[in-house]
Amino acid sequence: MIAFPTVKSDLKSDFINNFVLHVATVNGSGSQSANQILLKSLFHMGLRVGGKNLFPSNIAGLATWFTIRLHPKGYTGRRAEQDILVAMNPATLAADLKGLKTGGFLLYNSEIKIDPQLIRRDVFCHKVPFRDLVESLSSSVKLKKLLVNMVYVGILSELLHIPKACSQKALSDQFSGKESVIETNLAAFMAGADYAREHLSGLPAEEFPYRAEKIPLPTSGSETSSAAIDPEASLLMDGNAASAIGAVAGGCSFASWYPITPSSSLMEGFTSWAEQLRDHSQGKTYAVIQAEDEIAALCMVIGAGWVGARAMTATSGPGLSLMAEAAGLAYYAEIPAVVFNVQRAGPSTGLPTRTLQGDILAAAFLSHGDTRHVLLFPGDIEECFEFARISFDLAERLQTLVIVLSDLDLGMNLHLGQKFPYPTQPFDRGKIVGLEDLEKMPEFARYRDVDGDGICHRSLPLTEHPKAAYFTRGTGHDEKSGYSEDPEVFRRNLERLKRKFDTAKELVPKALRQSLSHRPQSAEAKSSSVALIAYGSSAEAMHEVLDSLVAQGLDCDYLRLRAYPFGQEVEEFLTEHNERETPLFVIEQNRDAQMLSLLKEAFPRLACRSRSILQFDGLPLEAQAVAKEIQLCLEVQP
Amino acid sequence: MNSIGLKRSDYVGLKSTLCTGCGHDSVTNHIISAYFESGVSPYRVAKMSGIGCSSKTPAYFMNSAHGFNSIHGRMAPISTGAFLANHELQLIGISGDGDTGSIGLGSFCHLLRRNVPMVYIVENNGVYGLTKGQFSATADQGSSLKSGEINPFTSIDLCSLAIDMGCSFVARSFSGDAKQLVPLIKAAIQHRGTAFIDVISPCIAFANHEGSTKSYQAVREHLKALQELGVISPRSEVQVDYGEGETHEVELPDGSVLWLKKLNSQEHELNNPSLSQKVLREAREQGQIITGLFHYDPKAKPLNETLGLIKKPLAQLNEEDFRLKKLPQLFR
Repeated sequence: MIAFPTVKSDLKSDFINNFVLHVATVNGSGSQSANQILLKSLFHMGLRVGGKNLFPSNIAGLATWFTIRLHPKGYTGRRAEQDILVAMNPATLAADLKGLKTGGFLLYNSEIKIDPQLIRRDVFCHKVPFRDLVESLSSSVKLKKLLVNMVYVGILSELLHIPKACSQKALSDQFSGKESVIETNLAAFMAGADYAREHLSGLPAEEFPYRAEKIPLPTSGSETSSAAIDPEASLLMDGNAASAIGAVAGGCSFASWYPITPSSSLMEGFTSWAEQLRDHSQGKTYAVIQAEDEIAALCMVIGAGWVGARAMTATSGPGLSLMAEAAGLAYYAEIPAVVFNVQRAGPSTGLPTRTLQGDILAAAFLSHGDTRHVLLFPGDIEECFEFARISFDLAERLQTLVIVLSDLDLGMNLHLGQKFPYPTQPFDRGKIVGLEDLEKMPEFARYRDVDGDGICHRSLPLTEHPKAAYFTRGTGHDEKSGYSEDPEVFRRNLERLKRKFDTAKELVPKALRQSLSHRPQSAEAKSSSVALIAYGSSAEAMHEVLDSLVAQGLDCDYLRLRAYPFGQEVEEFLTEHNERETPLFVIEQNRDAQMLSLLKEAFPRLACRSRSILQFDGLPLEAQAVAKEIQLCLEVQP
Repeated sequence: MNSIGLKRSDYVGLKSTLCTGCGHDSVTNHIISAYFESGVSPYRVAKMSGIGCSSKTPAYFMNSAHGFNSIHGRMAPISTGAFLANHELQLIGISGDGDTGSIGLGSFCHLLRRNVPMVYIVENNGVYGLTKGQFSATADQGSSLKSGEINPFTSIDLCSLAIDMGCSFVARSFSGDAKQLVPLIKAAIQHRGTAFIDVISPCIAFANHEGSTKSYQAVREHLKALQELGVISPRSEVQVDYGEGETHEVELPDGSVLWLKKLNSQEHELNNPSLSQKVLREAREQGQIITGLFHYDPKAKPLNETLGLIKKPLAQLNEEDFRLKKLPQLFR
């Protein structure tokens, strides 16, 4: 018998909708569905729930973890320390136990032969005879293995007081349409729930104080963030699915790709959502080609974009590197194209199933020569949808490559967001000239800057007009697209492309600014300020970072970058904090402060005071670690 | 005037900047003849290429067609995307043995597997011209460079490869043989699939010496035509006199007729890949350059049909065509 320490707080309310639950399993064991059911049942309760799947680059047999988080203020980002651990994998138990906090609760499979030395005396633990519980549910050994996972979902749901209706809804949604699967899984769920009632319902509150509880929605206009959501108006979706739906909404009709983690689900999602959302009674309105490699994938997109289809590809780091030459062609020949780069941990093959914001510089300057690309940084699933949709408008308006930079955390983990606005906006096809336009024009010159914004007129192949044709080339060209080695012509063209890139600043999504003020207890206490810049998937953790810093007595001015090139608002933010000498931090998930490099290049005088907070271990950004590092920096050098 | 009222001069392009005597310029001429005689509207054509001497040539014909001189080895995927964006486009791609046989070999194979409708011509001279005379992957083993360097590696027979990849139209010709090449291009224009023509086109600057197996002299000495062939337009009233020999007629999609006359004792069928490979192999073993139409499968599905695409070209679809179902689980 293990001695339980009695170190718990007796404040029950501290544990309502406030815990981190960590499930350690083996991949390929069916735990993914079980974990999602648990996550979605909390969603159906109307709770802002976060889920992170940490998985290996492997199909079956290696360790995998799933973390579910609830917080009264609705924080869904990663927190390293766990309250509840479900240990199903003997291979990782020793290491997994280290993450459990003092007073935490361990639920483990009784079949794990556990070294008594390993069991920490400062945690509560309970072993469950999973095998016995599923014994009567099926005669298939394989199925019983899968059902074990539903047993722990049943146990946890009972312990956390999740209403049965919510669990049932999540379960039937997960296996939608497969009645017998639903039935078997429900039986396993009930076996777990019954077990918990019989053996664990008497647990003292200090041992298992955690509860999931329905709470009212915050009144409109309320400033405090809350754990409550309206599930009817919300989505629990991964960023890749949201991007895929955005691409379907944005009129993408051509997609080519080469499978690569973590972007494959974006392209598979595109096919399946296009199938579900579009009318295909006359035939498919989209072509999807699984290419021979990423070079071909982007080249096909360029070919399709040249002819006038809205075209995209999706990839991750290694694929992006392969696309470099074609990216330069799209930039220089000025052909609309969209690349979704779902970043994973590099360099090289790196950690294919871990997250990083490591491709910022590679994407911005992808290809040789003076090449630059428009980048979009969606920060949540709503922006994944929106930026995917508008990326085609931007690519056609600017006649260039647009790279949407998501990452594995945003792309593959389930995130909460509002349901999408139904798209009604017309497409911006940019400066395409048709028969009538050509008729009115005295002359058509493909690369002549008629409007002064660096963007020229473009005709599409199969425009049956004597003025329409031009010879597209990646070689040096004059205004009429003729081959030219003339130094002046070459220089002028590069200058125009720069002008076009400046025009992009006005068209891309603006950075968002949020100021949070510390309210001093006494009138004398004067709070100090800090300015923060972050982007992409870091957005999720930044709410918590801000609250944490405000709680420490700091006023926070936070700018979330959403696109490159940077707009006027970024310059203003930097100027203001430069003048006020506010400590300025740029938070990134890479080693080399890649976004700060871009900021320094764009604003050499303004960005040089910035300091970097960098996390690059392949795990999603952890708010507490960021807040702590900022405080430490301020102590050392205010 | 041709059938759509255009003159041959409506099919010409800019003045060639290639070396005088380059085989490629002859091919350009034959392309002009074939498109003119076929009555194809240049407005409906897109001229594609990669990088190299051969890839420059689309600038030298059909000025009033859109063109795309892209990047090295990527003509195949760029053409694939271009075709799918608008399946009414009539694509012609001109590539070289370096562009297709080395850097773009992978994508070439995959284009053939997919049966992308286009005329795909390789101007094959066994040498990298624009970088001044290195061996290409189609240079024969044992042949030599101008410097005397001997090629120790086996060569790639692009026609054999194309047949293995399932290409639905595979032919070889010689840049100097207008009588054979023009009808081949005309038949290729009609084909609804990838029509691959490997054209031996000597490089006057770097591979026209003794020791090269693709010099004008070597080609003339070793050329062996499988068939004599011609295309009769559906509108033509000309009666063709086939002369002596066994002839075979194939109807093309527009109703015109491709006729082939056997020129030697070689047995051949147009849709028999094993036999075609045997013919090619035997010719190689005998040091011959065999020309003609080796393989033709008019029933192979073009890529747009394989994918089940809508009839209206994808590039012309608008907001109305893309209107989404308002799924309540997704949208507000």
